Amino acid sequence: MLDTVLFYSFAVLVLGGGIFTITRRNAVHSAISLIVSLLGVAGLYLLQQAEFLFAVQIVLYIGGIMVLFLFVIMLVNLDDAAHVREFNRQWLVALVAVAVVGAELGYFFHRGAASFHVAGAAAAVPIAADNTGALADSLFSEYLLPFEIASLVLLVAVVGSVIMAKKRI
Amino acid sequence: MHPVTTVHYLALSAALLLIGTVGVLTRRNIVIILMSIELILNAVNINLIAFSHAWHNMGGQVFAIFVITDAVAEAAVGLGILIALFRNKETVQADEIDLLKW
Repeated sequence: MLDTVLFYSFAVLVLGGGIFTITRRNAVHSAISLIVSLLGVAGLYLLQQAEFLFAVQIVLYIGGIMVLFLFVIMLVNLDDAAHVREFNRQWLVALVAVAVVGAELGYFFHRGAASFHVAGAAAAVPIAADNTGALADSLFSEYLLPFEIASLVLLVAVVGSVIMAKKRI
Repeated sequence: MHPVTTVHYLALSAALLLIGTVGVLTRRNIVIILMSIELILNAVNINLIAFSHAWHNMGGQVFAIFVITDAVAEAAVGLGILIALFRNKETVQADEIDLLKW
């Protein structure tokens, strides 16, 4: 019961924040709404016993990426952007296309809802009491090579963004 | 009230994905387009965590970490490109950047 109430309140946060993000004229307001949406997603992680990802979501997304976004918004000074058209010319086509995809997904969930119920196979595996420890075990043994590749991706991204933002290349 | 199942999480994730797609396709401001991409990546993560929880399998959470890593890299590079673009073109409207169009 409490789970259901929490799920729906977080879902309202996520979807409401998302809708405000894409409809606000002022980019700072959009960023604040995106923070609300990300907080809702963090709550959903907590509801599903992914405590480590909950912390990562707050620290990395809200503390890292969103502050970066706010810095860039201040840097590019969007004052005159507040007076021009908000949406581009093909918005109607985009909405129709997305509505079609949404109808397909809705039909898919409606018809296939029963097949998502997991049979006995998963229930046999106990849920880890120590989420962070279990995640580390998995990450540093089974997924060690992808982990190292991810660190390489981060290094390339850091070097790339520094070069991109330099005055003269 | 129905108990919350995996399908609820999948539907929520699909809705967030569609909201993000609408943002990417319709907004003119590049900063907000980048934010919509973050929304899409979060929708993917909700999906991964829902299946990780349903199957009691850590793989989904590990992949969510990789998705977050890529989101960070994408935000850093994307905002770097945006700053370089703003320095050259003095605009952040996506449809005003039409050097390759005629």
